[in-house]
Amino acid sequence: MALSIEDAPREYPDGRPLSAQPRWRQDFPTDIPEDDEVSRREFTKFLVLISGAFAVGQCWIWLTSLFRREGRFPELAIAREKDVSPGKIVKFQYPTDDVPGLLIRLQDGRLVAYGQQCTHLSCAVIPEPDKGYLHCPCHEGYFEISEGRPIGGPPRRPLPRIMLAVRSGVIYATGVERRTV
Amino acid sequence: MIRPRLTRAQRATILVGINLVVILLVVLQLWLLTATMNAWLGGDVSVVGAAALASLGCLVVNVALLRRVFYLEEGGG
Repeated sequence: MALSIEDAPREYPDGRPLSAQPRWRQDFPTDIPEDDEVSRREFTKFLVLISGAFAVGQCWIWLTSLFRREGRFPELAIAREKDVSPGKIVKFQYPTDDVPGLLIRLQDGRLVAYGQQCTHLSCAVIPEPDKGYLHCPCHEGYFEISEGRPIGGPPRRPLPRIMLAVRSGVIYATGVERRTV
Repeated sequence: MIRPRLTRAQRATILVGINLVVILLVVLQLWLLTATMNAWLGGDVSVVGAAALASLGCLVVNVALLRRVFYLEEGGG
């Protein structure tokens, strides 16, 4: 004769029978001691699986870097030099239409341009030239404005620097420099 | 010369040691992946190949240790 579900030898954390257990446990009546058992072999297998996943990730980065070659960047006119006074900000898209950038004239007269996507999770950074930083409102990241380096919050890499050239009074974006420090 | 079989306690000690080494190597791989990802996203690909080879090396050692765990748990030694 087959055992009914009530007769099956099970133990539950509170010691009560299956009929007194909550509904979710009656629907999924796992054998608790057996369920908690993780052998050393299973634990090691799981760790080696994680190790394999890490190795696959590393190889994916390697292969991607072998096949990804950044070509020449286009040259794009973004503003007239006389229109950008100290503290003024010009927004533009570079090198493609879906990558936002910021051109900033610093108080000392220098022109700088950065990609607007935060290096933490790609939120748009907000320039605050009078305070001397760019602010990412998503996770309170801060970048100093003269070099684009992170000075606070979660970002660890500087903002991508957009190379500029000024010819005949026109400011051109000529390339993007991604940086680690 | 016949090598004496390992006792259960000896095998348990070896298994714990193997698990510790595997954990250390997995943590090393995690650190490698994090550092490589940071460099790669910053445009620096000079370390990517070496890091991938190091991670693969860790995986090979881990698989060898896992085979050893199977062997010991099946009564070998």
